[in-house]
Amino acid sequence: MIHSLFLINNVGDLFLEKHWKSVISRSVCDYFFEAREKAGEPDNVPPVIRTPHHYLINIYRDKIFFVSVIQTEVPPLFVIEFLHRVAETFQDYFGECSETTIKENMVIVYELLEEMLDNGFPLATESNILKELIRPPNILRTMVNTITGSSNVGETLPTGQLSTIPWRRAGVKYTNNEAYFDVVEEIDAILDKSGTTVFAEIQGVIDACVKLSGMPDLTLSFMNPRLLDDVSFHPCVRYKRWESERVISFIPPDGNFQLMSYHISAQNLVAIPVYVKQNISFFESGSSGRLDITVSPKQTMGKVVECVVVTIHMPKVVLSASLNATQGTYKYDPLTKILVWDIGKLNPQNTQKQPNLKGSLSLQSGAPKPEENPSLNIDLKIQQLAISGLKVNRLDMYGEKYKPFKGVKYVTKAGKFQVRT
Amino acid sequence: MNGGLGNLRLEAVGAMRSALVSAENLQLSLKSDLSSEEQALTNNHTSGNEEKPKRGNEDLKEMLESNKESLKLEAMKRVVGLIANGKNASELFPAVVKNVASKNIELKKLVYVYLVRYAEEQQDLALLSISTFQRALKDPNQLIRASALRVLSSIRVPIIVPIMMLAIKEAATDLSPYVRKTAAHAIQKLYSLDPDQKEHLIEVIEKLLKDKSTLVAGSVVMAFEEVCPDRIDLIHKNYRKLCNLLVDVEEWGQVVIIHMLTRYARTQFISPWREDAIFDENSEKTFYDSEEERRVDQSKPYIMDPDHRLLLRNTKPLLQSRNTAVVMAVCQLYWHLAPKHEISIITKSLVRLLRSHREVQYVVLQNIATMSIQRKGMFEPFMKSFYVRSTDATHIKTLKLEILTNLANEANISTILREFQTYVKSQDKAFAAATIQAIGRCATNISEVTDTCLNGLVLLLSNRDETVVAESVVVIKKLLQTQPSQHSDIIKHMAKLFDNITVPMARASILWLMGEYCEHVPKIAPDVLRKMAKSFTSEEDIVKLQTVNLAAKLYLTNSKQTKLLTQYILNLGKYDQNYDIRDRTRFIRQLIVPNEKSGALSKYARRILMAPKPAPVLQSAFKDRDRYQLGTLSHTLNSQATGYLELSDWPAAAPDQSVRNVEVVEPVKESGAPSLGKSKAGKSKEKFYSDEEEEEEEEDEESNSEDSSSSSSEESESGSESEENSEVSNKSSSSQSEKSSSESDSDKKKKTQKNKKIQQQKPDSKNRKQKNGNAGKSESRSESESGSGSSSSESSSDSGSESGSELESDSDSGTDQKKNTKSKPVQSKPVVKVEKKEVSLLDLDDFAPTPVTTPKSSILSPSLLSDLQGLSISPTSALQASSPVFVPETSYELLHRMTGKGLSGQYRFTRQPCIYDSSMVSLQLTLSNSSEQPLENIHISQKSSCAQNIHCFNAVERLEPQASVTVSIGVNFNDSTQAANFQLCTKEDEFSVSIQPAVGELLLPVSMSEADFTREQGKLLGMNESSATITMSPENISSQSVSRKVVSVANLGVISSTQENIHRFAGKTVSSSSLVLVSVTLKDPDAQITVNTEKSVMGSMLLRQLKTALGNSAT
Repeated sequence: MIHSLFLINNVGDLFLEKHWKSVISRSVCDYFFEAREKAGEPDNVPPVIRTPHHYLINIYRDKIFFVSVIQTEVPPLFVIEFLHRVAETFQDYFGECSETTIKENMVIVYELLEEMLDNGFPLATESNILKELIRPPNILRTMVNTITGSSNVGETLPTGQLSTIPWRRAGVKYTNNEAYFDVVEEIDAILDKSGTTVFAEIQGVIDACVKLSGMPDLTLSFMNPRLLDDVSFHPCVRYKRWESERVISFIPPDGNFQLMSYHISAQNLVAIPVYVKQNISFFESGSSGRLDITVSPKQTMGKVVECVVVTIHMPKVVLSASLNATQGTYKYDPLTKILVWDIGKLNPQNTQKQPNLKGSLSLQSGAPKPEENPSLNIDLKIQQLAISGLKVNRLDMYGEKYKPFKGVKYVTKAGKFQVRT
Repeated sequence: MNGGLGNLRLEAVGAMRSALVSAENLQLSLKSDLSSEEQALTNNHTSGNEEKPKRGNEDLKEMLESNKESLKLEAMKRVVGLIANGKNASELFPAVVKNVASKNIELKKLVYVYLVRYAEEQQDLALLSISTFQRALKDPNQLIRASALRVLSSIRVPIIVPIMMLAIKEAATDLSPYVRKTAAHAIQKLYSLDPDQKEHLIEVIEKLLKDKSTLVAGSVVMAFEEVCPDRIDLIHKNYRKLCNLLVDVEEWGQVVIIHMLTRYARTQFISPWREDAIFDENSEKTFYDSEEERRVDQSKPYIMDPDHRLLLRNTKPLLQSRNTAVVMAVCQLYWHLAPKHEISIITKSLVRLLRSHREVQYVVLQNIATMSIQRKGMFEPFMKSFYVRSTDATHIKTLKLEILTNLANEANISTILREFQTYVKSQDKAFAAATIQAIGRCATNISEVTDTCLNGLVLLLSNRDETVVAESVVVIKKLLQTQPSQHSDIIKHMAKLFDNITVPMARASILWLMGEYCEHVPKIAPDVLRKMAKSFTSEEDIVKLQTVNLAAKLYLTNSKQTKLLTQYILNLGKYDQNYDIRDRTRFIRQLIVPNEKSGALSKYARRILMAPKPAPVLQSAFKDRDRYQLGTLSHTLNSQATGYLELSDWPAAAPDQSVRNVEVVEPVKESGAPSLGKSKAGKSKEKFYSDEEEEEEEEDEESNSEDSSSSSSEESESGSESEENSEVSNKSSSSQSEKSSSESDSDKKKKTQKNKKIQQQKPDSKNRKQKNGNAGKSESRSESESGSGSSSSESSSDSGSESGSELESDSDSGTDQKKNTKSKPVQSKPVVKVEKKEVSLLDLDDFAPTPVTTPKSSILSPSLLSDLQGLSISPTSALQASSPVFVPETSYELLHRMTGKGLSGQYRFTRQPCIYDSSMVSLQLTLSNSSEQPLENIHISQKSSCAQNIHCFNAVERLEPQASVTVSIGVNFNDSTQAANFQLCTKEDEFSVSIQPAVGELLLPVSMSEADFTREQGKLLGMNESSATITMSPENISSQSVSRKVVSVANLGVISSTQENIHRFAGKTVSSSSLVLVSVTLKDPDAQITVNTEKSVMGSMLLRQLKTALGNSAT
């Protein structure tokens, strides 16, 4: 399946190679560089590239290209999903997945890759298992290891590998037993010029941080499970129980994990928490333009909308912007042509004075005015609210005696929230 | 330094010699290679000299040779750093390889990494390490065994192929599934190293395919796909197992298995769409919509193979997987295998994947694009999910556009066009151009909007961006070709724009349009030609060619005005730099200008040049992509990738279904169906297996007749039924006719049983005729009598089935009563328990759960036992199922008579292996009618969509007031205590009912020796073990009462124990056959209960129940 892996940073340096079968010369990456050149933006590189003898499947993540070499037919998603899993594992181990951390921890990276694939077929990808095989680095352990001569590598097969619940390791012990759940919802929306919703849906995930001793069996139930029409679960969730009773029953992995994700589709009505009034125009004469944006809270269910940021990718001809913001600060980067207006909190009481950004744009003289107005990308956050109205009812634990501390948090964010102008 | 190298060399040679000795012991002759090895060493030596300037590696070498572990480790870490950077570290090989036997596990692993990387280049030196691995293969630590095999098989040195082969064969039978998984991986490695080993490897694959561990399944299927994807016959026997295991296999294995099963299913099942395709000649619409109707009027309706259904059912939950590859795999499986009306369930999941990473979106969108061409309806409700965002990558945008275009129809075209309008203005010009093409496609596909689109496109002609204008021109040209006459004004408009358009393709398109339709624009065309003549030399080649064309066409239609112009242009063309243009000019001149040399062709010039041309068809680039299996690399690339396995067409006739039957040991023979009946030898049994209804019918007939004289032939019938699984080949006649000559074990057994049953049945039926009243009790008694009368081996197998036969008689009495319209309700479960003589002597009212003596399993005569074992093909044949020690008679309420409008139901667990399916739990339902009216047609609704698989009873046609009937059903609880919900229906009503199993009922008892028990228990430690200490209530201290309590809680077999204070019980879960071991150690007054099972959840639940049963609180 996966023959080799090359890691390439975004300026085109190849900084790591790993082969699971016979060695493939790194010159195979030339085809990738060629495609990279052609694509311009790193995002535009086609994920699957054909070369005369191999196929290159790549992902771009955290400014690193993970380029895998394939020789025979394989489901492309299989490889893509695996590469993302590799990146996530690095992130999990080193805090971030970047060229520097990977180079610093080259040996661990190599050991990880060795465990994750055997002959190109995934062997262990569960982070709990990997952590028992290869311990993540930390300063204390490095010191202890140098003194005692012990190593980072586990000597026995992690029990999880053999059991039917590979995601949980045995013998977990905590003095404080706690289970936290974050319900995070993102609004994906497209609003048109007039402010009407072209398309809106909610993508939700429930992230869990479970630190419970022993082998707890948890059941999470919702007040309104009918809201969820399309869900996907962590493998620990018993699907049958969801089907029949609409409760989430599972033996959790230890630590942080994503319990489920759900999707509330465009068919349902989605509340849009902000209202954006905008007017951007460019003038043919005088090579200038005007910009006027007002943001006000809309359906917020009584909560405060925070961290509101408006980002605009200006057309190339816009040289500079001289604007005036009644609230927050704005910044225009003439190199990337990105205008960022950081508003902060939207005050729900003060309806007269809504945050406003107004002023003029100066264009490159002589160039024709851009025909399309740039669209606005909105970022926002609402604490203590799941915009879909989803509510966790209760969390029960079976199988262990102690009383865990439980907590649920709700957050709503803007996902791909775009206003067309 | 040379001296150092020399030393090193001596050392290496010495080490190598010793390794060779050990290698020889392993029947490997390496002698002939000795010299070549020495040579290689010298080569190495010289190459080392050449790279002398690399001083860095020298100190690494020193570090590796030092005595300090930490220095060595440090050195290896640096070496690995070199490898990771692609630097050559091969000259360190001798120094590194010496550390292969290091005690430090991290050092060892790094050495492994190095070895695998360079072994191929340094084959001879690599041999030094082999003996270390061979030793490690025998290590008690499974992780070490596995990693030794991994490295050994990764060393790509042809000479060790026999060693690898041996190691793989051994590892394939290893006790640890993890090692077996590694063996499966090693198969592929060996195969790529030496394809000649194929035959041997297939043997190993065959063995591993039978493995029941979920860990192994994915890897061995991968090996199968790589080594022998054409040996579909290896899958037959494992098909059902793979389907059932699928949910528990790790995600990567799931992907591989699903793809393999898709291919398999296409060769083994008949098409669920077949009839539709044949009988339907017209539109796609009816093709999909009216399937239901058509089914009805087909003479022979299509019936899906239950195995086909099994696959679809078991893969469906995986649509919820978090792994996008798994979801995609299931989607393609449904696309290629599911009946048309079921495919749409995959839509939501596919749309969900669009939220994932950019790369995932790309692949998923491609697949959706292919699907949406054939099945618009699937994705239409989700159209908005394909709306483009300005932040999407260009290739994502184009794919979304493609899908939107595919989805366009009369109803939604206006929405789509409005959306397209936004896209046309996009700053991403490539995308804007693609949008224009999409508009063109919509316009040709949907005639209602052609004009709107055309007008829209014409407006775009005044756009300032060149690419947009050019693309519009090209698209307009294509559109106009369909109906030119109505659009001469558009052509005129374009002619006006001509001066401003600079993109060659667009200019060429306009010129072509002028020429083609010059008759519609007789005034303008010559003028355009005049302008072109002026600028001819500065035009692009493509424009020049079209100019020549235009000139020729005008010359033919309007030679008066254009003759001179044409000649001028032809002259320019004649001396053009481009040979294409020169050629074209020469050709045109000969064709149109009459002269003496011109041949016959010029007569036809007009017909040649002005021939009506077919309008181009604008179609999707994804039109024919579905020739590749969806979700594959080939589909993504739209060309066949190496190793792509073609998805075969459905077979015309269904291949033999019985090949998938697996022999399962069913020591307990009984038939769930009432056993009296007339002979039905005439019935064809062909369909027996695939068609449940028919089976039920048969049973019906059986139960309806009371002719005891023919019970013998009936017997064989029921015998074969219970043997469904084991009877592979004797499908029809042999199993039916008494005189069947086949003398297989199972047949023999059946016969003995049959004979015995004949004896048994006769008095039985007599009895029944005599007393209709308390039929249950008397019957059971008569049966037990006759049972005890028969020979020992017979009675043993019989005693295994006591309560089963009870069940028989019960349901018989039920039907009896129904027939005779007896108004006496049967007393609640006359249950029986009474199987052994001593027990039958008990008082009748002593029906309280009697712990039936433990040594029951020992009644099985040794010969029969061995017979049964011989039948078993499963590797874990040690799991000998035995009969239940105790059957509780508690029944639970299923439906109260108030809620059931007079119909009430109760259920109880019979604790017998289910006759319908070995993974089902068998239950007995008693339905009574407490209303005034007879109830008709009581059945379980077929369409109820419960999570569990239920084998329903056949409908009870009529239940008189105050009568009751007992039926048996099987439910596959999948080893969970989740309630089974289903609909109990009468003719008028439907009642939702649910059955909540106690964890103890999901088990089947198993008999094993004490030694086996301890061994199995040893394998199930750690997380698989749960234990608790409780204070025993005084009355529970006696060993008998402990056994009684335990077996009343759970259906476990008692293991005879040599230690008095330890009681052991064994069972297996019904669905997955995982062992469940319970031991109770008495330490007055405490007792420790230990439950060992892979199913840790079941384990802990069972422990809890045992605690309550045995603890103080219990009575």
